Amino acid sequence: MDLVYFAVNWEAILSVDFLIQIMAISGIYAVLALGLQVNVGYTGIANFGQAGFAAMGAYVMAVLVTGGPDGDGLLSFWIAMPVAILVTMAFGVLVGTVSLRLRADYFAIATIAAAEAVRIFAQNADSITGGNQPLFGFDSSFESITEGIEDFFESALGWDTPLFTGFVVVIWITLVLGAFVLSRMQRTPWGRVLRAVREDEEAARALGKNTFSYKLQSLAVGSFFGALGGGFLAMYFGVINPNNFEPAITFLAYGVLILGGLASYWGVLVGAFVLYALIESTRYLDIGLSEAQEASLRFMVVGLVLILLMAFRPQGLFGKREEMVIGD
Amino acid sequence: MEAATLTADDENPTGFDRVRNFADNHPAVVFMSIVFLVGVALTIIFSLREVAQTGLNGLSTGSYVAMGAVGLTLVYGILKLTNFAHGDLLTFGAYMAFVVSVSWDGPLLLGILAAIVMTALLGLFFELTMWGPMRAKGAGFLQLVLMSIGLAFVIRSSIQFVAGGDPVFLDVDRSSASTPFDFIGIDLRLRNVLWISLTVGVVVLVAVGLLLQFTLLGKKMRALSDSLDLAETTGINTERIVLITWVFAGGLAGLAGVLLGMVSQVKPEVGFELLLPIFAAVVLGGIGNPFGALAAGLTLGVLIEWATIPEGLANWKFGVGFVVLILALIIRPQGVFGKAKAV
Repeated sequence: MDLVYFAVNWEAILSVDFLIQIMAISGIYAVLALGLQVNVGYTGIANFGQAGFAAMGAYVMAVLVTGGPDGDGLLSFWIAMPVAILVTMAFGVLVGTVSLRLRADYFAIATIAAAEAVRIFAQNADSITGGNQPLFGFDSSFESITEGIEDFFESALGWDTPLFTGFVVVIWITLVLGAFVLSRMQRTPWGRVLRAVREDEEAARALGKNTFSYKLQSLAVGSFFGALGGGFLAMYFGVINPNNFEPAITFLAYGVLILGGLASYWGVLVGAFVLYALIESTRYLDIGLSEAQEASLRFMVVGLVLILLMAFRPQGLFGKREEMVIGD
Repeated sequence: MEAATLTADDENPTGFDRVRNFADNHPAVVFMSIVFLVGVALTIIFSLREVAQTGLNGLSTGSYVAMGAVGLTLVYGILKLTNFAHGDLLTFGAYMAFVVSVSWDGPLLLGILAAIVMTALLGLFFELTMWGPMRAKGAGFLQLVLMSIGLAFVIRSSIQFVAGGDPVFLDVDRSSASTPFDFIGIDLRLRNVLWISLTVGVVVLVAVGLLLQFTLLGKKMRALSDSLDLAETTGINTERIVLITWVFAGGLAGLAGVLLGMVSQVKPEVGFELLLPIFAAVVLGGIGNPFGALAAGLTLGVLIEWATIPEGLANWKFGVGFVVLILALIIRPQGVFGKAKAV
């Protein structure tokens, strides 16, 4: 028995296919985490409901496009997606209105509960969402774009593009745009008030700022990215069912957020890529594990990353220690 | 409150104000009356037999929810730790009992004992390696919560790694064997395993309650829950009490896991699924209040099972937990049992 037994399949890991795979899945979590960055990193509110906002965005879009499980088409995707985002933002404001007055720990529990309520609704309102049956047939408009991009690469550049290449191009352009716009917004007076709310809410209020309204606005921006991420998740799978939106999605997005570092929008993009490169590499670890064991190993990696970061480097890769302010 | 009593309006309170004041001062009475009215309504629409039967089932579900909630609320109150890994301690306990009593073919009682002891030890282990050092560092809320979420992932996926994702069953007679009994003239039936889980749950929880209320140890624990610094000033060995708290929380979680494993199948993710109902019981009971958690856990169990009475609502039953949790957070985040504290 030589070293071959504990080996890593480097050829597979260094391939373009694998890179695209990582960028596709990490892109989705980066979108979700950008929203969390606005809430957690810059406003100091612990939004734990991102999976619910994603579910809302994805389901409203899918139901509007397909007209429900037995429907035969209702709206164009280009109308349905913005509507879904607006509905989700309104839901975010509603959740915030009733729960933002609470202490940080109660707020965290309230947002998880709200997210689970959305998921349970999707699971049980069969006639609208299809229940546990996957809902599909909403992705043709989006696919025409991604296929167009892939065709362009193939005809103009002669590349043989792997699966999800078009998806990766669209989502990463969105991410770069999102991070750019958010970074800009952070330097406006509005962004500075958010930071003031995070650092010392009483002081901000004493200066005449309606801090509650700013927190609501922050949550609306957070749920905007939640809905957008949910839309991308739906396009990635091509079908959606309630299990795609378990609370674990929120926690994985927090892993991305923390690894990248609080109060850094560009850090989110790097954090997502690094975390998913780490997680997905476990697929190519040839140490004789069953597929189910590899799946558990991936979650174990995320858990350990979270624990070790919180213990030894809570500011993550690019965050600043002094900007980590929540609760207490 | 104090400011309000000085105003002139208060001398002639209107009927509405009086109701409001009463509700503010006796939230438990109001809450239990609402639960009672729901029961009466269901009795009128359906039948007393159904309400009593599902209520009884609910108490047995509630017994392990309450047991998990008592442990979580102790930790929450004393250490100010919102522990998202608590549900996975239940799973760990259930699997420990499974390993000893089924995989190794040992007696069930030994399995139960192993579950309690091993889960208590696991709780102690995490306190010594993670929570204690983090408290010493002065870690904030977000740091601790995310750490507990990471820990939940690690426990759950470790169990899945070793035992696989398929559901496991404890070796108890969960056939339809049931003991009928008479309740004001109505014949009710409860499967024997449900009887056992209900009895064990209530006996253990009452014992823990008495211990907290009447022993010096219980007083010390409650003192820590009020203020750790003040408790330390009065000469209480806080480090020791913290460790004992973990033994209680872990042991109760382990036993709750066993009860869960007796009445239903156990999967690696079951503890996490139970976490929100457990949190609901903790919040409803008032964070840090074990008696509240006990009462709220049992009541929640009953409400959840009542939801199965109306036709077509059975799938929504876990939604009841969220509805109650969300309503509690909106209307009365400080909980309905015990004294009001500002949140």
